[in-house]
Amino acid sequence: MKLQQATLLGLYAVLELAKAEGGQRSAGDIADKFDVSINHLAKVLRILVKAGLLQAVRGAGGGYRFTGNAKRTTLMDVIELFEPVSIEGFEHRDSPHHSDVEAGLAVALTEISEMMQATLRSITIRTMLKLMEKDTGP
Amino acid sequence: MNNSQMPEEQPKVHIRTAAESDLAAITTFDERSNKDANPRYWQEMFARYGDDKSKQLFLVCEAGTEIVGFIIGEVRDWEFGSQPCGWVFALGVRPDIRLSGIATQMYSAMCDFFKQAGATTVRTMLARQDIESHSFFRSQGMMAGPYVQLEKEL
Repeated sequence: MKLQQATLLGLYAVLELAKAEGGQRSAGDIADKFDVSINHLAKVLRILVKAGLLQAVRGAGGGYRFTGNAKRTTLMDVIELFEPVSIEGFEHRDSPHHSDVEAGLAVALTEISEMMQATLRSITIRTMLKLMEKDTGP
Repeated sequence: MNNSQMPEEQPKVHIRTAAESDLAAITTFDERSNKDANPRYWQEMFARYGDDKSKQLFLVCEAGTEIVGFIIGEVRDWEFGSQPCGWVFALGVRPDIRLSGIATQMYSAMCDFFKQAGATTVRTMLARQDIESHSFFRSQGMMAGPYVQLEKEL
C-alpha cells in the first residue's frame, strides 16, 4: 500500500485542524507547514468540506476548521475519501483465481489487508491527537 | 455546536467488585449474552472471576442503582515467556450511555489493579471486526504488541 499525495494531504489537513480544537487555519498556513502546493491542497480541502469534516470560513481572516466528530471519525474515513484501501495488485481470497499460486498468495495477502483495514478503522482522529501529544509533549 | 466540541457527559458512577446479583443486569446489555441468549456464560465467568482474588478482578460500574458496565481482567505470569502482564478480556457498557467515559474509568481501575499486582503491561485480544472495542482500547493508548495471535481450524 502506498498512499497518494492527495490522501496524505487530507490526513495532514484533518489532523492539523482537529488539533486546533475548533480554531481555524488558512489553506496557506497549512500548505506552508507541510511544504505542499496550495493549489493541490485547495482541491483536497474542498473534498473534506464536502464530506462534512471541515468547514470553510469566508471573509478576511477566513480559513478552515474541523467540524467532524473526532471521537468517531477514523483514519479510514479520511483515506477512503481519496482512494480505496487495498494492497496494489491484490485479489481477495474469495475472488476467483487462476492458479494455485495465486490462490495461495491471496490467502496471505488477505490477512495483511484485513489487519490493515482493522487498524485504520479503529484509530480515530481523537486517538491520533493523543498520539501526537505523546510524541511531541504538551 | 458540532459533535467534536460537545462536552463529554460524565455521569456519577461507582466502580466496585461484581456480585452475583449483578449478573442479570449485565446479561441484558452484554452483546454476547444477547446474541447467544446465554446467561450461563455469566454465571461461569462470575464463578471464575467473581471472587476478589489477588490476580483476577471482575468489576461493575453502577450509576445510581443501575449496573451500566463491567470489566474483567487478570494478571498472567510468564505466558509464552512474557513478563507478568494484565489481560483485559471482557469489557461492556450499556449501549445508551457509551462515550460518556464509563469504560475509561473501569479500564483505569483495572490498570491500577494490574499495577498493584506487579504487572507493567496491559493486553487484550479483540475480534478484527469489533471496531468499537478496538477504537476504545486504542483511545487508551494501546497499540499492536509484540505477539501475534494465530489459529487453525481443527
